[in-house]
Amino acid sequence: MVYTPNTEAQRQEMLATIGVSSIKDLYTDVPSSVIDPQIELPAPLSEPELMAHMRQLSERNADALHNATFLGAGSYNHYSPSAVYRIMSRSEFYTAYTPYQPELSQGTLQQIYEFQTLICQLTGMDVANASMYDAGSALGEAAVMACSITKRNKVWVSPRLHPEHKAVLKTFSDGHGIEFIEHDAHFSDSQELPRDVACVIIQNPNFIGEIRDFSDLAERVHAADAILIEVYDPISLGLLKSPGELDVDIAIGEGQGLGIPMSFGGPYCGLFATKEKYVRQMPGRLAGMTKDKDGKRGFVLTLQTREQHIRREKATSNICTNEALMAVAATAYLTCMGPQGLKRVAELSYQNAHFLANRIAKLPGYKILSRDPFFKEFAVQTPIAPRELNKRLLAHGIVGGLDISGFTEVEGTSNAWLLCCTELTTKEQMTKLVGLLAEMGS
Amino acid sequence: MATEPLIFDLSSPGRVGFSLPEVDMDEAPQLDARYLRGELDLPEVSEIDMTRHFTRLSQKNYSIDTGFYPLGSCTMKYNPKVHEDVAIMPGFAHIHPYQPEESVQGALQVQYELQNMLAQISGMETVSLQPAAGAQGEFTGILMIRAYHRARGDNNRDIILVPDSAHGTNPATAASAGFKMVSLKSGPDGNMDLAALEASLSDRVAGIMLTVPSTLGLFEPNILKISEMVHKAGGLMYGDGANLNALVGHLRTGDLGFDVMHINLHKTFTTPHGGGGPGSGPVACKSILADFLPGPIVVKEGENYTLRQPAKSIGRVKNFWGNFGMHVRAYTYISHLGLRGLKRVSEDAIINANYIRVQLKDWYYLPHDRMCMHEVILSGKNIKAETGCATMDIAKRLIDYGMHPPTVYFPLIVPEALMIEPTETESKETLDQFIDAMRKIAHEAHEDPELLHNAPHTTEVSRLDEVGAAREPNLRWRRPSEAVVPAAPVLEAVGSGTA
Repeated sequence: MVYTPNTEAQRQEMLATIGVSSIKDLYTDVPSSVIDPQIELPAPLSEPELMAHMRQLSERNADALHNATFLGAGSYNHYSPSAVYRIMSRSEFYTAYTPYQPELSQGTLQQIYEFQTLICQLTGMDVANASMYDAGSALGEAAVMACSITKRNKVWVSPRLHPEHKAVLKTFSDGHGIEFIEHDAHFSDSQELPRDVACVIIQNPNFIGEIRDFSDLAERVHAADAILIEVYDPISLGLLKSPGELDVDIAIGEGQGLGIPMSFGGPYCGLFATKEKYVRQMPGRLAGMTKDKDGKRGFVLTLQTREQHIRREKATSNICTNEALMAVAATAYLTCMGPQGLKRVAELSYQNAHFLANRIAKLPGYKILSRDPFFKEFAVQTPIAPRELNKRLLAHGIVGGLDISGFTEVEGTSNAWLLCCTELTTKEQMTKLVGLLAEMGS
Repeated sequence: MATEPLIFDLSSPGRVGFSLPEVDMDEAPQLDARYLRGELDLPEVSEIDMTRHFTRLSQKNYSIDTGFYPLGSCTMKYNPKVHEDVAIMPGFAHIHPYQPEESVQGALQVQYELQNMLAQISGMETVSLQPAAGAQGEFTGILMIRAYHRARGDNNRDIILVPDSAHGTNPATAASAGFKMVSLKSGPDGNMDLAALEASLSDRVAGIMLTVPSTLGLFEPNILKISEMVHKAGGLMYGDGANLNALVGHLRTGDLGFDVMHINLHKTFTTPHGGGGPGSGPVACKSILADFLPGPIVVKEGENYTLRQPAKSIGRVKNFWGNFGMHVRAYTYISHLGLRGLKRVSEDAIINANYIRVQLKDWYYLPHDRMCMHEVILSGKNIKAETGCATMDIAKRLIDYGMHPPTVYFPLIVPEALMIEPTETESKETLDQFIDAMRKIAHEAHEDPELLHNAPHTTEVSRLDEVGAAREPNLRWRRPSEAVVPAAPVLEAVGSGTA
C-alpha cells in the first residue's frame, strides 16, 4: 500500500518478534463485541483517479481566478506573490511539528520571532503571539483575557462589529459568565464608562467598511480602568492609524489578507497583540530569543507556564495547535510587501472601492449606506433583493456582494448589500458590474 | 550552519520586493490626518533576499520529509504530496466562504461527504467540521454536553472528570467552559480505577473526558463498563480522538459508548502539522446531541448541498465553516485509502509500536508490559538512577543520531517518560535504525554520561537557556534606538510537553 511501506513478509516477521501470530492478537484488550463493525466508505481510488475526481469537484466551484468577486466581510481576495506560496510550501516548514525541541527547530522559531516582530511593527503594539485560529476566536480569547485582568464581566461591543465575531464572542462567554452589551463606542462626551465594564470592543474599519475616529477613546476607557480591544484589518494598516497609535490594549486582526488564500473560510490566522504589561495574561505560543550554552544566539518557545501543557486547568487558554503555517505565509507576505507594498495594496483597495461606489451611487434606486470615509468595503441599498442580484450576476461571471439585509445595524436593511474591492479588482470588472446593475434596476 | 541574520538586519531603505499596479485613480476622498498612521516600520528587502532568508531558515528545521519523527501523541506520519496539489486547485483555494451556495457545490459536496465519512469511521450520527483544532473541538463538545443537560433542566452538573493521564488541553478545556475539573487517578496497570470512578460519580458530574486509546498507548479494557457507569450517573462520555489512528477502520469510538468526540484531521487523516498548525478538529456526536452542534453543517436537499444551522446550536466557535483546506486534504486521503487502506493504517501503527516495545524493553524501563496500541511509553527512570542521565539527555542524544526525539515527560504520571509513536508510514528498516540508536544511547549513558549531558553535539545550537528566556523575555526585535523596558522578572519552571 502506498503510505504503509512494510511488506507482508516484514509484517509477519515483526508479528513474530512481538510474539503474536496474527493481526487479531494486537487488539486483545478491545471487547470482541465492537471489533470489525460495518463501515461504509467509497471504494479507494488510485492517484490519477483521485486527481480527476478532485479536479471535477474543484471545477464545480466558481473561483476568483475565473470570476470577478466583490465579496469581503472578513475574507478577502488580495494578491499573494508567488514567492509567498513557494516559501510556505517548503516541506521543512509544513511537515515539522510545534518547535518543542529547539535544537531541531531554529528555522520555525526564528520565523515566529520575526512574525511576532512584524505584527508589532504593523500594529504598533509591544508584543504579539505566534498566532490564533482566526480573528473571531482570537477576539473571544481577548474578551476572556480582559475580564480576567480587570476581574469584571461586562463587555461593551460595538454594534457594527462583524456579526460572526459577535456570535463567537457569545459562545466564548458562555463558560465565563460574561455579559455582552451592544453599545456604541462613541458614547457621549459627558458619559463616563461604567466601572463594571471590563472592556470595550471596536472594529475599525467596521463591518460595513467605515473608518471612524477613535482618537480619544482609549483615554476614556482607561479612565474607568477598563481595557480597549480593537479588531483591525491588517491591510488597512498600510494607510490607517494603528492600534498602538490609538493606545489600544489588545489588538486583534484576521491575517488572511496577508498572503493566505480565501480557501472557503479557512485555515486563516488570528493575529493577537497586546501591551508588554499584559504578556503573562496572553494566550498562545511565544518564541523568545536566548543563548545556547556556548553563548550563541538561538530561539525557544517561552513563557510556557501560561499554556495548557504545563498549567493544565489554570492555563490562560486551552489553545495548543495554532495556525503556524499561515503565520509563515503572513511573515513572507509582510516581508515581500514592506512598507511601500502594503501602502500600495491599501491605497488601490481604497481607490477601487470609491471608484465603484461613486458609480453605483449614480444608478437610480441604489444608495450608498456606509458613511465616508470607508475603506475597501461599503454597504449599498438596492432596489432588488441582493440574493436575486447575486444570482443574476453569477450567470455573468460575477460573484456579487454579501446580502446583509438581516444586519440590523444598517438603515434600509430590507435590501442591503455589502461590496468589497481589493487591489485585484479591475476597472473592467467594476464597469461590467455597474452596467449589469443599471440593466437590472430598470 | 551559520547564524542567519534577522530579516530586519537585511533591510535597506527604498528596496522593494513587490510588483503591483500603480495607483492611477484619485476619486476617493483625501483621508484626514486623524485617520492616517505615522511611519510604517517594516523591513525593505528584495525578493531574492527574502527567498534566500526563508529558505535558509527552512533548512534549519527538522521535518517529516527529512527524517523519523516519533513524537508520541502527535502522529507525525507522512503527509502525502498529492494532498497539497489538490488543496491549491483554484476551485478550492480561491473561493470565498460567502459565495452563493450554487457557486460552491463542489466544496459543499466535499464537506458533506467528509462529514459522512467521519460519522461512519467514528460510529457517530452527525458531524460538524467547524472547530479549527483538537482543543477547539474539545471546547465545542463540552459546551454541547452542558447545553444538553441544561435543555433537560438538569442545571447542577458542574463537574467534568478527567484522568490524570490526559492531555493538558482536557483540563484547560473543562476550565474554559466554566466547569470544575476533577482529576481521576489511573490504576497501577494503566487502566482506570473503577472504584475511584464510582466514588467520583454523582448528580453533579456532567461528563468525563477520555482519550481512546489512552495517552499511555493502552486500550482501556473496561471501557464498556465505564460508559455504563457514567451514563447511569446521568453523565455523558466525551472522546478525545487524538489517538484515533490506532483504531481507524477496526472499531468505532461511538460503539464504545461515547456520546461526542473530536477528530484531529492533522493526526489520523494526515493533514500537515505546519510547524504547529493549522489543524482541524471536527466534532462527531450521537443523535441526542446533534441539535447542539456548532453550525452551520452541510446537508443535502435533493441534488443540492446547503448550509444549515442545527436547531439548538451552541453557536459558533470560529468564523466561517472551519479549516476547509484541511477538510479537502482529509477527504482526499480517505478517498485514496478506502476502508481497507485505513484498516492497514491502524494495523501497521500498532505493529510498529509493539515492535519497538519488545525491542527496547530490556534497555529501558517499560511501565506497562502488555500489548500497546499505536504508541509505547518507556521510562528513563532506571537509567537516571544508575547513570544520572535524564530522559532529556537521552532525547537530546538521539538528535546526534539524526532522529527527532520522542515526546518526553508526558504523560505526567510516568516519571522520565519517553513517549514513542512511530506511525504506520515508517518502514521496519527505519525502526531498526531507531532501535539501534536507542540501545547505543542506553549503553553510552553508562559508559560516558557526559556525552549525553552535553548532547546534542551535531546541531547549529547546543542546549538553549530556556530559564533565562522566560526570566527576561525577548519576544521581538527592536531598532537599537528603541528603549526596552524589560518585564518584571518571574521565575518559572520550563518543561516539555505535547499537544
